[in-house]
Amino acid sequence: MAFEGLSDRLQETIKKIKGKGKVDEQDVKEMTREVRLALLEADVNFKVVKDFVKRVRERAVGQEVMESLTPGQQVIKVVKEELTDLMGGDESKIAVAKRPPTVIMMVGLQGAGKTTTTGKLANVLRKNHNRKPLLAAADVYRPAAIQQLETIGKQLTMPVHSEGTEADPVDIAKNAIEKAKEDNHDYVIVDTAGRLHVDGELMGELQRIKEAVNPDEIFLVVDAMTGQDAVNVAQSFDDQLDITGVLLTKLDGDTRGGAALSIKAVTGKPIKYAGMGEKLDQLEPFHPERMASRILGMGDMLTLIEKA
Amino acid sequence: EKTRTSFSTKINDLVAKYRTVDEDFFEELEEILISADVGVNTVMEMIDELEMEVKRRNIKDTSQVKEVISEKLVEIYYGNDEAEEVEGLNENPDGPTVYLFVGVNGVGKTTTIGKLAHRLKSEGKKVTLAAGDTFRAGAIEQLDAWGERAGVNVIKHSAGSDPAAVIYDGIQSAKSRNADVLICDTAGRLQNKVNLMNELSKVKRVIEREIPNAPHEVLLVLDATTGQNAMSQAKTFSEATDVSGIVLTKLDGTAKGGIVLAIRKELSIPVKLVGLGEKVTDLEPFDAHAFVYGLFAD
Ligand SMILES: Nc1nc2c(ncn2[C@@H]2O[C@H](COP(=O)(O)OP(=O)(O)OP(=O)(O)O)[C@@H](O)[C@H]2O)c(=O)[nH]1
Ligand SMILES: Nc1nc2c(ncn2[C@@H]2O[C@H](COP(=O)(O)OP(=O)(O)OP(=O)(O)O)[C@@H](O)[C@H]2O)c(=O)[nH]1
Ligand SMILES: [Mg+2]
Ligand SMILES: [Mg+2]
Repeated sequence: MAFEGLSDRLQETIKKIKGKGKVDEQDVKEMTREVRLALLEADVNFKVVKDFVKRVRERAVGQEVMESLTPGQQVIKVVKEELTDLMGGDESKIAVAKRPPTVIMMVGLQGAGKTTTTGKLANVLRKNHNRKPLLAAADVYRPAAIQQLETIGKQLTMPVHSEGTEADPVDIAKNAIEKAKEDNHDYVIVDTAGRLHVDGELMGELQRIKEAVNPDEIFLVVDAMTGQDAVNVAQSFDDQLDITGVLLTKLDGDTRGGAALSIKAVTGKPIKYAGMGEKLDQLEPFHPERMASRILGMGDMLTLIEKA
Repeated sequence: EKTRTSFSTKINDLVAKYRTVDEDFFEELEEILISADVGVNTVMEMIDELEMEVKRRNIKDTSQVKEVISEKLVEIYYGNDEAEEVEGLNENPDGPTVYLFVGVNGVGKTTTIGKLAHRLKSEGKKVTLAAGDTFRAGAIEQLDAWGERAGVNVIKHSAGSDPAAVIYDGIQSAKSRNADVLICDTAGRLQNKVNLMNELSKVKRVIEREIPNAPHEVLLVLDATTGQNAMSQAKTFSEATDVSGIVLTKLDGTAKGGIVLAIRKELSIPVKLVGLGEKVTDLEPFDAHAFVYGLFAD
């Protein structure tokens, strides 16, 4: 039951109301109850689910059934439209500064995947956009964080600017940009230490880095397995830093990834890329439609509509 | 202490808002628990049981329901076990004791090993660490740094080498140095990667072969921020390595880690330790009461 998708959940309900002429309130109630459960099981935040279900209900009740669709199909169609709407369009673009280097700051909770994604993003910029990135090691706290980024730099044969663990992360970021200018790097990606959104001191450090280097992008890196707390984390990082986008990691797992929907709903910021593995070439543009189907556990939404 | 007070406050707020134990009351309770990642199924079952209990005891006033709620939650955690003690880590009287750490990427395995090494060392034990994560960039250096911090020995091979071979060397070293405890780090892996899960089973078999009854604990590290996927992690890692306990990390954040209630209920795996920060001392034994109270904290 735990991993049952919405399609399985809905089959029964759909059978019951098949062939009706009009979608009545009771039908919609039954179906949206299943939608609610599927979304909650996928870790979509309960408040987001609540609003979502309400909107679907309002839209679906009393609708004349279209000739080509059964009432069940019609509700699913509304669900899908609303969900796709929420997830937004294709957004895998990355800013380009008028005067190089373009500066990207990577931020997020501990262990989300910032350092790995720093390497992956640099790889994408070089490979697909012909850019010449410099990586900056501004995590001076986590044991061996600098060595980790340096190793990644070596694997990519890409330079890393580091100043050891005694330096101030703000200075490291500033100096990295100076170095980028000298060496003709057109991108600087600043890896920062993982921190809790409620850690005032460390969040202050990020604000100081932001002020000092005026980044073109601030990417919040989020683990796709995150549960209900995703909204608090995203909202809080966004309030304090005004992030420009989200990078979702570990989507190669079997998580439904409802956090993606929650984050999009509360911040409105686009999800740009998805991490699909530990290797440095495993970063892909984010596909909102696919994500919508994945969250609902509907591998193939259209088949369901046809079957119904 | 803090969690205890906020628990009563939260329950009191809930109680104050509703005079009668009705549908709205249970709906609000459901929302609190779901937002703590307890999981829909567990929450529904719990609410059903609560409703029955309320009927049985003929409770109409919400103030009386308060006790029942926390009783029920702690009961879910402990099941029918009468014992409500914190379950400590298993030890090998004939030494060395071996602990194997497993889990998905980035949950806090290496950090917890550092903290645990520090604790065991300060209890006067001789500790060895084995750097079984030979894959992730900087993983060996990270464990090495923790070893230095805790003042314990670290057995390591070069990056990219066979993890089972590192663990084997760790065992031999622990034996020859007469170490009390060997703690084995492994690379993070997502549970749906069959090859990587097989690799982990192999590591465990090496330990079993070298020391009878070892490993004495297989500790699955779960990140409290993780939602319902933690159940799948617990299931699959158990299949591969017969997990004996959970370490719930990052409880110092705002996430509640409620999924461990469902894991305890369905798979009977107890939480043994909790991580409360990044410092060497931020490791504590699990306390079900404090945990349950924490579910209701803001
Ligand atoms: N399977 C998988 N693993 C990933 C992905 N992205 C990162 N990881 C792994 O997640 C773990 C944590 O990644 P890091 O890059 O160290 O995370 P971080 O956010 O820099 O961590 P801190 O600096 O400690 O806050 C590592 O084991 C990575 O290999 C991904 O897309 N898929
Ligand atoms: N706030 C907080 N951070 C923690 C806690 N435990 C670990 N961390 C942080 O989480 C991040 C990942 O920790 P690691 O110990 O590297 O995790 P891991 O499971 O070994 O990661 P991989 O080996 O890459 O799979 C680091 O930044 C740690 O400092 C905790 O209890 N609270
Ligand atoms: Mg990092
Ligand atoms: Mg590790």
